[in-house]
Amino acid sequence: MLAWTIYISFLGALVLAFLPKTNARAARITALIAATAGLAVALAQFIRFHPGDILEVARVPWIPTLGIEYHLGADGISLTLVLLTGLASVAGILFSWNIEYRTKEFFACYLALIGGVYGVFLSFDLFLLFVFYEIAIIPKYFLIAIWGSTRREYGAMKLALYSFTGSAMVLAGLICAYVLAGANTFDLMALSRHPFPPGFQMWAFPLVFLGFGILAGIWPLHTWAPTGHVAAPTAASMLLAGVVMKLGAYGCLRVAMTLFPQGLDAWSSPILGFGSWRDVLAALAVIGIIYGAMVALVQQAFKFVIGYSSVSHMGFVLLGMMTLNQIGLSGSVLQMFSHGIIAGLLFAVVGRMVYDRAHTRDLGKLEKMGLHRVIPFAAVTFVIAGAASMGLPGFSGFVAELQVLIGAWQAFPTMAVLAGFGILVGVAYTWRAIQKAFFGDTNAAQPASAGADPAPLPRMDPISIPERLGAALLIGVSLLVGIYPHVLLRVIVPSFDSPLFARLFEWLRQRGAQ
Amino acid sequence: MNYGETFRLCIPEIIVVVAALLVLLADFTLRGLEVRIRFWICGLVASAGCVAAIAWILLAGDSAATSGGMVVSDALVRFIQMALLAFTVFTILVSLESEFTGHVGEYVTLILLGAVGMIFLAASEDLLTVFLSLELTSLSLYILTAFNKRSIRSAEAALKYFLFGGMSAAFTLFGFSLLYGLSGQTNLHGIAAALAGQGLDPLLAVAIVMVVIGFGFKVAAAPFHLWAPDAYQGAPTPSAAFIASGSKLASFFIFAKFMAIGFAGVEGSGAFQAFAPGWVPVIAAVAALSIVAGNLGAIVQSSVRRLLAYSAIAHAGYMLIGVMSHNQDSLAALLYYAITYGLTVLGAFGVVAIVERGTGEEQLSSFAGLSRRAPIVSFCMLIFMLSLAGIPPLAGFFGKFYVFASALKSGASHLGLLWLVLLALGGSAVSLYYYLQVLKQIYLSEPPPGSPAWTVPALTQIVLCILAGLILLFGCAPELLLRHLVLAGG
Repeated sequence: MLAWTIYISFLGALVLAFLPKTNARAARITALIAATAGLAVALAQFIRFHPGDILEVARVPWIPTLGIEYHLGADGISLTLVLLTGLASVAGILFSWNIEYRTKEFFACYLALIGGVYGVFLSFDLFLLFVFYEIAIIPKYFLIAIWGSTRREYGAMKLALYSFTGSAMVLAGLICAYVLAGANTFDLMALSRHPFPPGFQMWAFPLVFLGFGILAGIWPLHTWAPTGHVAAPTAASMLLAGVVMKLGAYGCLRVAMTLFPQGLDAWSSPILGFGSWRDVLAALAVIGIIYGAMVALVQQAFKFVIGYSSVSHMGFVLLGMMTLNQIGLSGSVLQMFSHGIIAGLLFAVVGRMVYDRAHTRDLGKLEKMGLHRVIPFAAVTFVIAGAASMGLPGFSGFVAELQVLIGAWQAFPTMAVLAGFGILVGVAYTWRAIQKAFFGDTNAAQPASAGADPAPLPRMDPISIPERLGAALLIGVSLLVGIYPHVLLRVIVPSFDSPLFARLFEWLRQRGAQ
Repeated sequence: MNYGETFRLCIPEIIVVVAALLVLLADFTLRGLEVRIRFWICGLVASAGCVAAIAWILLAGDSAATSGGMVVSDALVRFIQMALLAFTVFTILVSLESEFTGHVGEYVTLILLGAVGMIFLAASEDLLTVFLSLELTSLSLYILTAFNKRSIRSAEAALKYFLFGGMSAAFTLFGFSLLYGLSGQTNLHGIAAALAGQGLDPLLAVAIVMVVIGFGFKVAAAPFHLWAPDAYQGAPTPSAAFIASGSKLASFFIFAKFMAIGFAGVEGSGAFQAFAPGWVPVIAAVAALSIVAGNLGAIVQSSVRRLLAYSAIAHAGYMLIGVMSHNQDSLAALLYYAITYGLTVLGAFGVVAIVERGTGEEQLSSFAGLSRRAPIVSFCMLIFMLSLAGIPPLAGFFGKFYVFASALKSGASHLGLLWLVLLALGGSAVSLYYYLQVLKQIYLSEPPPGSPAWTVPALTQIVLCILAGLILLFGCAPELLLRHLVLAGG
């Protein structure tokens, strides 16, 4: 059943390819139907899911010579992210209702990307996972390069090359694991049980983790993210920040940490004060949190603020993973979901509601437009989204980041304090963006003496119905998870008790016993 | 030696030669007709010949025979021969609409003679037959390269190809003579048996290097690749496609067989920190050099044909990894790679030919807006380029994956060849850049203003769609090919 999320998306892309070129409306509706159907399937399975299970979705031999299987499955973590993908894809289509240029090709690329993303989250065979992971690269490239804005060809190429380099690293690690295990299988379960030599894990872990980490926006390999996000059309930014970055994070958690947990072991002697890869990666995550927030604070372009904030928030995901305790890990998964929703909403406001009307993303210019009076709906949405992004209680971001911080406090207190500082900067840049973009002083441009009549407000289209629907959907989900996080934690937390993570936690127990 | 059996084993070759003669005859009697019609008739006769040869191979049963070692026939050889004949048919179908020459009969005949050389090469396991068939192939290809007499590029390319080829043939022959002198045998198995236990004689080392130079030239591996960009650029499109597909598959097949059988016992090792002299490290060096030179060279090209040539050098590097791994898996991986690569490159040259006919050039900028002018052709090109870059679920990805996986499995110590695999993966990351350059022109750039949509001949479109479909099919279901390659090899 869950496999249909993948098939529906690819089928939708195929149908779109054969639609007549001129009928943009049909293309939009087809895409919306496909995405909604995917969401419905994901939601139905999510509700029926029994926490702690591992759903077996499909399992047939694919390339028997090499022991490769077409093996789809899902545990709580996959399901959470599948649900996120469904939500983000529906919202993305609602926010790209106004695409007029090569409409059907746009939605065909969009659905192909969604199909690849669903595939990654559902693959329980590593070869299959890698195939879906790479399938996602090419639609991303075209989405940005054809329908993007600011330096789109540069941004698209950079994203494609970064992703491909990352996946080359991953592929190297996977092939090595396959050969060393010698069991002629790529099955995630089987490989996660295989005790690889510790020396091998010590270099394979960073190779695969960083390979996936590139797509998760790990500092200093994050530079594709701001340029890519900014160049991308609204729906693609929403997907990039919303789910594509989660692909990387998911890979780190699902592949690197389950296959090579001993790569996190302490080195024989500390180097530059770092005792293990765990310390190094946690430090990189915290640098990402603070650096992303600091850079977002000084951006003049509205979209860059959001782009860098993504780097900052993804730092929490990585930090949560490095805590290696249940609360930190489940916080990390929750943060993936939460950031997917909130970043989607922020990009929707910036790219669709504001840019498509004001035709500028420069905060200095927006300041003079008095947008809170022209498009009040956008202002309200952005304030809510900003509040969620800052981590205000009641929104999903709060629960997620709090869990990560608690986990980090147990593992490395200094890092937790620094990450907390990052949250403060987060409040600052969000506040600044709200202030400048929506509540700027319209009269500042006028000479003070001639300020008799205020500057005329620019005329803009009212916010359309699809936009309102999309915003309501995303805000609703963020509120729901913020107020009642148990909806997600119910399925996420038991997933860490599954046999997939057995070797990780067994190793932790042994280390604790010594 | 049993002449009856040798004759029976050579029937596929004989069928193709007869078809070549029929083509000459047909063209001779039809001199007065229009070029296009003559091309169609000759092409149909030639394709019928190739199909008849394939049918014969299929029907001849699955017995393994050697005929005194001069010509061998086993399931794998027969499969490769069929693949080569299929490549020939595709080459002929792609060239049916070309207009560069009036000497139709001679052109098609030469393609068929080249094909005879290739299928003969695939079946030979003896120094004499290897050299003979290698030369038959090469001589046909030199002339095919020069066939566009109106183009000075074509002549220059052919001369370069010929001079380099002559040199390399001399090297090969010298290597063969050393081998014969050392062992007193011409049969590859005999040579290996005679040299067994002798270790790496200095003369044997020279022979290895000579043979690698000879074959390295045939497969366009760096540093013996200098002819390739010019030949790919100057040759008529079908000739270039044939050089890049058929010749490559046949050469790689015999190369892998020659090294693994003839030099058994002096493999040495190319593993990191465990180098041992032998033929493996020699090929490892050539492979590494090809990957670097090919990928870096391709980045700066503005001509799509030269880009394809440099990418071919890089791909030769990846395939050489399959040669040096010399285990049962790696041979299957290498052949899977070479077959799917051949299909891809045939298609890519087919698209280049269409663009050349439309714009008169094959610069990157000539592809601008192709998706608006010829959407189906553009989509095929998308598949070809992504397959070359190694994006799943296309065949190019699985080929790379399988070659690398089998390379890591080879040797006494697992993962010994990891350095080379990492280099190759890095190279393929670089390669995505230049393949995307082509796709960027096709899908992003606007066509020159006022240019109408092109009418592409239906046959060409069908052939391109078949090729793209095969690449997708073999990528999604590699087992279809592997079943033949692995079972036949093992």
